[in-house]
Amino acid sequence: MSKFKQKGKRTVPNPPSGSLSDIVFMLLFFFMVTTTMRETESKVQVKLPEASEIAKLERKDLTSYINIGTPTRNLQAQFGTESRIQLNDSFKTTAEIRDFIAAERDAMSEADRSFMTVAIKADENTRMGIVTDVKQELRKCSALKIMYTARKPADK
Amino acid sequence: MARKTPEINSSSTADMAFILLCFFLMTTTMDQDKGLQRRLPPMPDPNQKAQDQKVNRRNIIVVKINSADRLLAGTEPMDVSQLKDKIKEFLSNPANDPNLPEKEEKEIEGFGPCMVSKGVISLQNDRGTSYQAYIAVQNELVKAVNELRDEFAIANFGKLYIKCNEDEQKVVREAVPQNISEAEPKDVSKK
Repeated sequence: MSKFKQKGKRTVPNPPSGSLSDIVFMLLFFFMVTTTMRETESKVQVKLPEASEIAKLERKDLTSYINIGTPTRNLQAQFGTESRIQLNDSFKTTAEIRDFIAAERDAMSEADRSFMTVAIKADENTRMGIVTDVKQELRKCSALKIMYTARKPADK
Repeated sequence: MARKTPEINSSSTADMAFILLCFFLMTTTMDQDKGLQRRLPPMPDPNQKAQDQKVNRRNIIVVKINSADRLLAGTEPMDVSQLKDKIKEFLSNPANDPNLPEKEEKEIEGFGPCMVSKGVISLQNDRGTSYQAYIAVQNELVKAVNELRDEFAIANFGKLYIKCNEDEQKVVREAVPQNISEAEPKDVSKK
């Protein structure tokens, strides 16, 4: 009799779930370390130009961003479709770049100031006139290290 | 009798961690900023007269981009795809052509004397030039310099520039300098 009794009752044992939380925590730490919060809301449309000889940005914390492009669609009624400069969270004129750079520079420690980089994120259809104005303004406040942000060509 | 403290129920830590994990998964951006790095020339002192006009004619190649994104390198109009070879020829001057830039023997620390080209690339653009064309040209210029650096590194160290160690890279950088000058803005169309 006992030979047959066991048959119907066999079940698959549960996998041990004790280490589940450890695995999840490890993933969690990975994402916590790699995450960077988006600090500013982009108000301009930027499609970066392509370039193959690009180098990585060395120090992200020492970089200030200048976005140049046409305002996003929902802002076009208010600001038009001309290319605009965005610093931090709002549209600015070229004259205000000086204050922006001064503020960014003040936020850095004394030793890091010479390594400050300004990344110019401009849309590929921007005219060079506005970019030249920005560059001249940067030269005036001696923020000479710049980077033209670009992306790798897709076909490579 | 020592009273035992009851163990904290830990079965829900996984759930809490999952929620946090989902949050960071959503907010994470893995994009890295990449681009072409440049150094702008410092603003000229207004009290000082321009002195560097004396640079020899043969040592300068002027690359102009007009408002229709057309390219002029030296004296001839060309396509962006031809620019790299033109620049490489200009910078390396293999046949010691008197119309191409002169070379100067320079003592490089940790390497020895080396012939260094004195060529300077001057990039001028119009206000109407599109940023895309400008970056494309910048990219070609960098590519030309990078290829020359690779050639130099292979000839002297037997490996590509990026595979060299820091000292070797420094030597290569001095032997093949990246002299790209972004000129004062001026209206190309008026000329």
